[in-house]
Amino acid sequence: MKRLVTIAAVSGAVLMAAASGAWAQEEPPDAPHQNWSFAGVFGTFDRGALQRGFQVYNEVCSNCHSMKLLHYRDLGPDGPGGGIGFSVAEVAAIAAQKQVEDGPNDQGEMFRRPGKAQDAFVSPFPNEQAARAANGGAAPPDLSVMVKSRGKGLEYLWGEGGPDYVFGILNGFENPPAGVKVTEGKYYNTYFAGHQISMPPPLADNTVKFQDNTKAALPQEAHDVVTFLTWAAEPYMEERKETGAKTILFLLAMTGVLYGAKRKVWKNLH
Amino acid sequence: MSGTPSTVRTNSRLIRWIDTRLPLFSFAQDSVLDYPEPRNLSYWWNFGSLAGIMLLIMIGTGVFLAMQYTPNTDLAFDSVERLMRDVNYGWLLRYIHMNGASFFFIIVYIHIFRGVYFGSYKEPRELLWMLGVVILLLMMATAFFGYVLPWGQMSYWGATVITNLFTAIPVVGNPIHTWLLGGFSLGNPTLNRFFSLHYLLPFIIVGVVGLHLIALRQHGSNNPLGIAVKGPQDEIPFHPYYTLKDMFGLGVFLIIFAIFIFEMPNVLGDPANYIQANPLQTPSEIVPEWYLLPFYAILRSIPDKLIGVLAMFGAIFVLFLLPWLDTSRVRSSYFRPIYKWVFWLLVIDVFALGTVGAHRPEGAYIVIGRIATFYYFFHFIILLPLIGWFERPLPLPESISAAVTKKSVAVPAATERRAVS
Repeated sequence: MKRLVTIAAVSGAVLMAAASGAWAQEEPPDAPHQNWSFAGVFGTFDRGALQRGFQVYNEVCSNCHSMKLLHYRDLGPDGPGGGIGFSVAEVAAIAAQKQVEDGPNDQGEMFRRPGKAQDAFVSPFPNEQAARAANGGAAPPDLSVMVKSRGKGLEYLWGEGGPDYVFGILNGFENPPAGVKVTEGKYYNTYFAGHQISMPPPLADNTVKFQDNTKAALPQEAHDVVTFLTWAAEPYMEERKETGAKTILFLLAMTGVLYGAKRKVWKNLH
Repeated sequence: MSGTPSTVRTNSRLIRWIDTRLPLFSFAQDSVLDYPEPRNLSYWWNFGSLAGIMLLIMIGTGVFLAMQYTPNTDLAFDSVERLMRDVNYGWLLRYIHMNGASFFFIIVYIHIFRGVYFGSYKEPRELLWMLGVVILLLMMATAFFGYVLPWGQMSYWGATVITNLFTAIPVVGNPIHTWLLGGFSLGNPTLNRFFSLHYLLPFIIVGVVGLHLIALRQHGSNNPLGIAVKGPQDEIPFHPYYTLKDMFGLGVFLIIFAIFIFEMPNVLGDPANYIQANPLQTPSEIVPEWYLLPFYAILRSIPDKLIGVLAMFGAIFVLFLLPWLDTSRVRSSYFRPIYKWVFWLLVIDVFALGTVGAHRPEGAYIVIGRIATFYYFFHFIILLPLIGWFERPLPLPESISAAVTKKSVAVPAATERRAVS
């Protein structure tokens, strides 16, 4: 048994080294840690926050940022992880507000039609060059997996580094400190590498009017849209954690039985 | 009918009928169930069978991932994300495969260090050991190709750095580089061939693992005492003893593996690989996967590119020579009072190299990297032969069964101290 503990300790040390090796270092301060409904082993997405967050994306972010990997159907009950709580009819209504390019029709022409549930989220610009041209040379990045592609440090361990970082950026617009000159067309942001970001402050108090009458303060809007983006990056997260809890419980029981069997069989040897 | 009748223990006439014509059952009986193993194998001996199981898990998940993956630079990134979102349990398949690569290396590294500690590479198991090093090289190549497939930023730039190493070869370096990539830089032809090779190499690994096992069966497993089996009293059948011990070990491993897959599936990866590859934008830092970091550190510790590349590959090739560099005839470190400590210095050295590889080559990291690189080769080329000549090993136990039944004979602390002084 003592030997077993040693083996476990060495394996653990290898893992720790592996994990620390995967982190990189960077100049700006780490964004402060927030309380997220989806944090931890049993965390789930707050459906209210998800729907408000979608509203923020739909009314504000989507004017510049695409989310190409998502489909409107994902928001409804048939979506991965059961969607964000919209009914089939609500999803159809959301999609119908969009104009989707389709075709070619039997005349060989492309045409526009109202969106349907199975359509991918409509992008604000037809291509990257158009996005670049309309935004002073910097194309707004796609937000589908934004929170998974950011974040570092210990919080990254539990997948919360990315949400913390995006929340930090949305709240991190400030007047530059004395002596720092911000380039024309850039904005000072505390948590952005190099502090000069091309995105103008997208949210302020009351940028949206929430349908459920939640007070639309900036931190609330940012918190909700980050919750939505985290769901968008990993819509199967709840299923993953739930399956994980069951799997690990089963493995613990199985391993216990195997240990008992091993002990019993080996006892005759000594 | 000529030939020997089946020796398989069964009441089934059908099984006996098949086994007489196709001896699968007696093969399984002889090489798994009744296969004699030393009776004193510790849990460190679990990692061999674990590695084999991991290889099967990787091939199993990989085959299904390949059904959803599109090896095209415009579609690869989205196809990986799509399989995680829209394919039933696609996220599970991918997270098993992605984390499985890391855990495969953890298992194999522990397996290798076990062999180094207990002298498993020594006569008559030199070829067994060398086949293992071949497997390690094949695994690294496979992992490298696999990491390119999602076509994220780190895929692209990591592969750019690694393939650029070939340009260090004098005269023919650049043509070889172009030939390997199918172009002057990474592009669609590169992704296509890397996908093809990533699918091919695991089956070659299976083949070499087969040879590894044939070589293993020739002289049987080494054991913690490092002394040869002297008779049936030193051995126990694989089943039920080691089947159960291996399965219990597998259970412990699967629990740890599951915690990573389900609770922190992305922690061993790099966030930048969730950004689609962009040839026009270099990430602030290009880091290979963690399991290659020690070798990456050796590469960067040497200012000259060509010598750096040679040193990096040399760090693995020196392992091929290990059976002859270690001049001691005693296998197990239990009985080698000096080498025992030097072994742990090597482990620390490799961890130091890994840490250096994860950081930018600035300040103290340059110095530590160079010292650690020097020590790595110093260990194998200078220290090992010398220790073998000067070290006075402790007396070996008479036999495995004698040591096991008298319990404390294995590592008597008092004798050890006397032998050192």
